[in-house]
Amino acid sequence: MHNTIMEFLSELFSSYTLRVVALGAAVLGIISGALGAFAVLRKQSLLGDALSHAALPGIVLAFIITSSKAMPVLVLGAAAAGWLATLFIFAITRYTKLKNDTALGVVLSVFFGFGLVLLSYIQKTPRAAQAGLEKFLFGQAAAMMKEDVFLMVVAGVIVLVLLVLFWKEFKLTSFDPDFAKSMGISVRKYEMLLTSLLVISIVIGLQTVGVVLMSAMVVAPAAAARQWTDKLSIMVLLSAFFGAAAGVSGAVISSMSAKMPTGPTIVLTLSSIFILSMIFAPARGIVWGWLRELKNRRAIQTEAVLEDFYFLDAQHGGMERGHTVKVLRTMSLGHGGVERSIKKLQEEGFIRRVEDKKWVITPKGSKHIESKNIES
Amino acid sequence: MNEGFAVDIEDLTIAYKDKPVVWDVDLKIPPGILMAIMGPNGAGKTTLLKAIMQLITPASGKVLIFGKPYKEQRKLVAYVPQRGSVDWDFPTSALDVVEMGLYGDLGWIKRPGKKERECARDALRKVGMMDFEKRQISQLSGGQQQRIFLARALVQDADIYFMDEPFQGVDATTEKAIVTLLKELKERGKTVIVVHHDLQTVDEYFDWITLLNVRKIASGPVEDIFTEKNLRLTYGGKVAFLVPHTHTEQNKEKDNTGPVSKGGSGTPGA
Repeated sequence: MHNTIMEFLSELFSSYTLRVVALGAAVLGIISGALGAFAVLRKQSLLGDALSHAALPGIVLAFIITSSKAMPVLVLGAAAAGWLATLFIFAITRYTKLKNDTALGVVLSVFFGFGLVLLSYIQKTPRAAQAGLEKFLFGQAAAMMKEDVFLMVVAGVIVLVLLVLFWKEFKLTSFDPDFAKSMGISVRKYEMLLTSLLVISIVIGLQTVGVVLMSAMVVAPAAAARQWTDKLSIMVLLSAFFGAAAGVSGAVISSMSAKMPTGPTIVLTLSSIFILSMIFAPARGIVWGWLRELKNRRAIQTEAVLEDFYFLDAQHGGMERGHTVKVLRTMSLGHGGVERSIKKLQEEGFIRRVEDKKWVITPKGSKHIESKNIES
Repeated sequence: MNEGFAVDIEDLTIAYKDKPVVWDVDLKIPPGILMAIMGPNGAGKTTLLKAIMQLITPASGKVLIFGKPYKEQRKLVAYVPQRGSVDWDFPTSALDVVEMGLYGDLGWIKRPGKKERECARDALRKVGMMDFEKRQISQLSGGQQQRIFLARALVQDADIYFMDEPFQGVDATTEKAIVTLLKELKERGKTVIVVHHDLQTVDEYFDWITLLNVRKIASGPVEDIFTEKNLRLTYGGKVAFLVPHTHTEQNKEKDNTGPVSKGGSGTPGA
């Protein structure tokens, strides 16, 4: 069994196409994951969505103007459109009373709508029909060439080097821009740099994942990574790792079935990572939250039961009379968990068993209650 | 001619769109004082601070720090922004935030190293937060977060400190820690300018006050300026029940027999 899996995998990766696609998807995952971490922390999750949608008219216009469907040409068109969209978004938030989310929504739909119109317009011209620009809508990773991957690797290296060089500036301007500015750090410059890098990462991902799903590559790994750590550097690394892992496994999974599209498969893999992180991550995960609540509730119950023992003891004038579970249960209407609490209290030596199935509070238990009452 | 002032503001007007927020303010702040900037909500206190540090561009007027433009004097200034101005869920630790105060001196590419870490630890010690250096900042109470911000300003080792509402929503321990720190800074000859809300504590904490309500109402030593008349000019008619400690005749002799109790609202319009 194990052997067949290994064989299967080695056969998979001996496929040239898959190797190219998997490498490309991994690089894309690293770049968009690392930059996505900053986008999410700067509350610009939606910026990725707006930028990728806005790139569509750029791609189509680049084709119309140059009649070329060479990747660098289309990528430049996409980048220009993405950049223009960013400027519009910044300008709208700056010079009107509209809020950021409104600006994003408006720019996204206007650019995307324009892109769709251009796309259906050129579909009617004979030479464009076979250009296959519509693949940018949902991505077509299988069409990825060695040259495309090379372009991605170059872009990836540039992005990562800049992230390392300006690490502390990016960190400070993301956390507290006013303070950064008061120290003479040009916040706008770094903002523009980060956004430009985001544009680059999105543009090189369009061919693989498509305009519609690209924003998932930016947001999902970062949101998942945030769940596991409270440290920025680890979050960025983890986010890049999640992106890469989803890229590779998405490429592999989709290659196993003939008709499975790579882009959406990558996004689905990423979504699984995201959902698992939301549920199971320590400290910030949902399950952890439940457990903590349960633990809290149990601690409160145990305290309440001990308090009941204390009052019973006081009522009986410290005669060391034991009390049954039943008595305690009557007293504890409203909190419950009596048997578990009794077990726990006995373990801690706050109560002790006097006869069969009867318990009484110990001096240590009384002291505990008294000290708590003084505190409060 | 004006090197004598820590901060010298001339004809400063700031407007958002067409609405003036700060109107034609002249303000000369002598060095070595502990000054409160007070005024109702929307009076332009934060805006004034931000304009001094060139975080926003004024419509007109000029600001000099020890006789020179802010740009050249940046290293002499430390800033404590409002606690609510940042996202405390940002993935970073207390020590990390304090180190950010040193980024300005580090320049490009360089990372904070051992020396910076020691400096940051020292500042944490001064604000009584040395046991929390590794704590993620969202795990800190409001008062502790405020002290982290103060520590970050301390590592800047400046001559002028601008603090935006450091007393807002903090616990008694933190308030005491901040006051001690302010007095210490003053003793070391620093100039400290604090946006403040609590009329009850003005004459206890500060020696100088500027009253602001879009225009400058008055500025000077607390005992001259902190009068009922000036407060009325600043806050309007509402002030009558807010002024237990002003330096007017009838308030000087007794302070707890009148209808105004000390625990009353000290944050007008907050």
